[in-house]
Amino acid sequence: MENLPLSTVAATKSVELLDEVTVLFAGDSGDGMQLTGSQFTLATAFAQNDLATLPDFPAEIRAPAGTTYGVSGYQLHFGSVNVRTPGDEVDLLVAMNPAALKVNLGRVRRGGAIIVNVNAFKPHSLKLAGYEKNNPLEDEGALKDYRVFEVELSRMTEEALKGFGLDKKAVDRSKNMFALGLTLWLYSRPLKPAMEWLSEKFAKRPELAEANIHLLKKGYHFGETTEDFVVRYEVAPAPLSPGTYRAIRGVEALALGLVAASSKSGLDLFYGSYPITPASDLLHHLSRYKNFGVKTFQAEDEIAAIGAAIGASFGGNLGVCATSGPGLTLKAESTGLAAMMELPIVIIDVQRGGPSTGLPTKTEQSDLLQAMYGRNGEAPLPVLSAATPGDCFYAAYEACEVAIRHMTPVILLADGYVANGSEPWRIPSSSELGGFDISFAGKTNRKVDGKDVFLPYVRDPDTLARPWAKPGTPGLEHRLGGLEKQHETGDVSYDPENHEFMTNLRADKVERVAQFIKPTEIYGHEEGDLLIVGWGSTDGVIKTAVDQLHNHGLKVGTVQLRYINPLPPDLGSILGRFDGYLVPELNKGQLVRILRDRFLLPFTALNKIQGQPFKASEIVEAAINNSEEIS
Amino acid sequence: MPTLPPSRKPTLPPGRGPRRAGPPKARINRKEYTSDQDVRWCPGCGDYAILASVQRLMPQLGVKRENVVFVSGIGCSSRFPYYMNTYGMHSIHGRAPTIATGLKASRPDLDVWVVTGDGDALSIGGNHLIHLLRRNVNLQLLLFNNQIYGLTKGQYSPTSEIGKVTKSSPFGSITPPFNPISLTLGASASFVARTADRDTKHLTKVLKRAHTHSGSAFVEVYQNCNIYNDGAFFDFTERATKADRTVYLEHGKPMLFANGKRGIRLDGFRTSVFDIEGRDASVNEAIIYDETSLELAGIVSRMSQRPDMPRPFGVFFCEKRPTYEELLQEQIAAITEKQGQGDLDALLYAADTWTIQ
Repeated sequence: MENLPLSTVAATKSVELLDEVTVLFAGDSGDGMQLTGSQFTLATAFAQNDLATLPDFPAEIRAPAGTTYGVSGYQLHFGSVNVRTPGDEVDLLVAMNPAALKVNLGRVRRGGAIIVNVNAFKPHSLKLAGYEKNNPLEDEGALKDYRVFEVELSRMTEEALKGFGLDKKAVDRSKNMFALGLTLWLYSRPLKPAMEWLSEKFAKRPELAEANIHLLKKGYHFGETTEDFVVRYEVAPAPLSPGTYRAIRGVEALALGLVAASSKSGLDLFYGSYPITPASDLLHHLSRYKNFGVKTFQAEDEIAAIGAAIGASFGGNLGVCATSGPGLTLKAESTGLAAMMELPIVIIDVQRGGPSTGLPTKTEQSDLLQAMYGRNGEAPLPVLSAATPGDCFYAAYEACEVAIRHMTPVILLADGYVANGSEPWRIPSSSELGGFDISFAGKTNRKVDGKDVFLPYVRDPDTLARPWAKPGTPGLEHRLGGLEKQHETGDVSYDPENHEFMTNLRADKVERVAQFIKPTEIYGHEEGDLLIVGWGSTDGVIKTAVDQLHNHGLKVGTVQLRYINPLPPDLGSILGRFDGYLVPELNKGQLVRILRDRFLLPFTALNKIQGQPFKASEIVEAAINNSEEIS
Repeated sequence: MPTLPPSRKPTLPPGRGPRRAGPPKARINRKEYTSDQDVRWCPGCGDYAILASVQRLMPQLGVKRENVVFVSGIGCSSRFPYYMNTYGMHSIHGRAPTIATGLKASRPDLDVWVVTGDGDALSIGGNHLIHLLRRNVNLQLLLFNNQIYGLTKGQYSPTSEIGKVTKSSPFGSITPPFNPISLTLGASASFVARTADRDTKHLTKVLKRAHTHSGSAFVEVYQNCNIYNDGAFFDFTERATKADRTVYLEHGKPMLFANGKRGIRLDGFRTSVFDIEGRDASVNEAIIYDETSLELAGIVSRMSQRPDMPRPFGVFFCEKRPTYEELLQEQIAAITEKQGQGDLDALLYAADTWTIQ
């Protein structure tokens, strides 16, 4: 029973092979759609497809049932081909109620399939969804472009669970397992991962585990026996490169990257944090890794979170904090302090829609200029970005390396999309990861008036990093602070020339990070008509667009910037090999300003500020328009 | 409202006037803890006396100099770390408790001191102060209270009295002051004490006890700002009025003042003053101070808001409870024992995995 062989498929069902599929589960925020989606993801990972996901949920924990603003969705794109985005158009929408249908119908491709929980299409729910006048299931024209499967999800769930002794509420909340079972059947996915997960989750309440597993199988069997579904689909494994894989969410990868950096550097990780969406999951993950010596500190506010990280770093630890846009604003003054004291800390910003509280659960890339310039005085910092969920691991690791090597705070920009999204991730071995060169100051470094002294701001000639002297080291007692420092001695100095000198020195130090940046990889054409320059989570969708643009006869290449400050030293020469430039960003145009300022070239901005990632088609269209204008 | 003693003349900086006999060795030791930086406080500032006392005290504490860290925020008092020849950090306004928390939590081996002022700790940093005390991070926090903003040149502070005329309150302040002792008792501080800059003997005694305490030790130090708020505490520090206007709390001893001629007793939940020599009273009526009683500490702390009562000094409250970093270490140790030391490769593989050949 655990592995339902394909041969059990009724003879009447035909099997169709697909290259790629996009499925969207949508329902009330209490319907368990995120869970359904993530379990389908796990099964898909087991089927060895490439995949990308887009969880999309409301800020309200349990928004009023049946409302359009309470709809929670989980979109998953998987295939036997290279999958880099959660999919522009949905092939199958699973709608648990009228509101879910209403909100997401526009995302379904013409000819796509919709499974609806027909039991939820009652007058009250229809009214809440704005369908009071015309039930779309009864209105001939409303869904004529789609293949609609009306499934009695609620009723069959109730029947299946009779005799399990569950109350009405528990029964109602289980119907997502029926939907999951049915969808798993439809795409020939294994049931086993979800069954194992349920057994583990309800280990202490075996009656719930049993009921949910029963329901999962019922959904699967329903697909097999019902005459509604005449076709079942298969998606062959994707040609992923050899290795051992797991599905990973971006936020999980960030946590692992930090633990890896701590482990490889031998520095204890101190993580200061204040709960904020969508960064809180990082705290949740890290707080479980106590046996790695990880200290997580849930602070009283955002400022205390970074303050504690700075204190830990002063003490010789790896000080890290993560937040989202509003939190980064609150941390600005402390970030400047760390820049002035030249202590290493890593600040991760999981960006969300802004300004102010904005759209807490939606994605945006609008904190770039805040990360670059959002501090008083001249306080430049290295600014890095994470491109994909799996890349979050390496981005976090690299941010730690830069902070320690250059004795500076580093800002790492992720966003809601990359943090909540997931993909198959080839697990690296710890021996593949680069090593850290940690050398705490151990002795005096100057002779002044015949006396050996320790000067805290004497610098490494290559990196300009100052020494890191831990309290507890005899003879190296020194004072740090936010007041301007005298060159080398670190004494308080109001000298005008010294202030200018030190300001330039700190900027130069950050610029010198560039010498450690690896050569920039160009995807697509190495030279030609158009270079698309992106940063952060637009990586997948830009590459998908570039693949499509090749069919349009355009010579298009793309680079995705890991470093926005400093910019990679080879970027200028790459730009010189292209005729036009397109800069897609989920903001009003922030990287594009930095690039124009630096290179004085005619960059075209492509902006989207809807709390949603780009569709590949949007970038394709902009690229074609741009090229037409140039030629 | 306490009034200033009339015709009080400007006094010499503490330590420069006629001195009482102190331990002669202390002067030699002070040098070890004195940094090479010029002290830039205004001449006559109460901070000098506190600095000197701390520099003299440090060698007596049995802590290695390299293990001592002074952390401060912003304000006159917060220049303190520059003058101590130890590790130190002069951070940003109000945030010293956060930095000290991260430092001490990750480095329990260090002896951490926070130096702050009434604006730094009770206004911009109020949130951090209460949470530091609640967590009971093992450090000493010295709040130099001068009831004024000095470094920004004389605005009323969160401890300035109602009606205070300052640059920012030319017609008198209309905001009631915090009582730092009541506030910190309310924030679950495990050690709460008050002393004053001009009584260096008492100051040293209180700091010593604060250092012995395991947990967050909060010490309010009345500190004279001779530029913007001169004489704010003269009622309690000058010889003419000190005996009548102060009462020194000692655990297990009766609350007596005015050279033992008057006592404090409880009428229900209120304190009142009585004459020991009066016909109807005896010394036995005086409150026997109990520094382990949070209730009593609360009642006695409120005497500070009553002009008819002498001002209490000394240790208000002291409670033994686990420190934040002890609990943190214990939890890490327990989980590590249960799960074993973390293995990075095992962690990376700790999920459902599949292999592609």
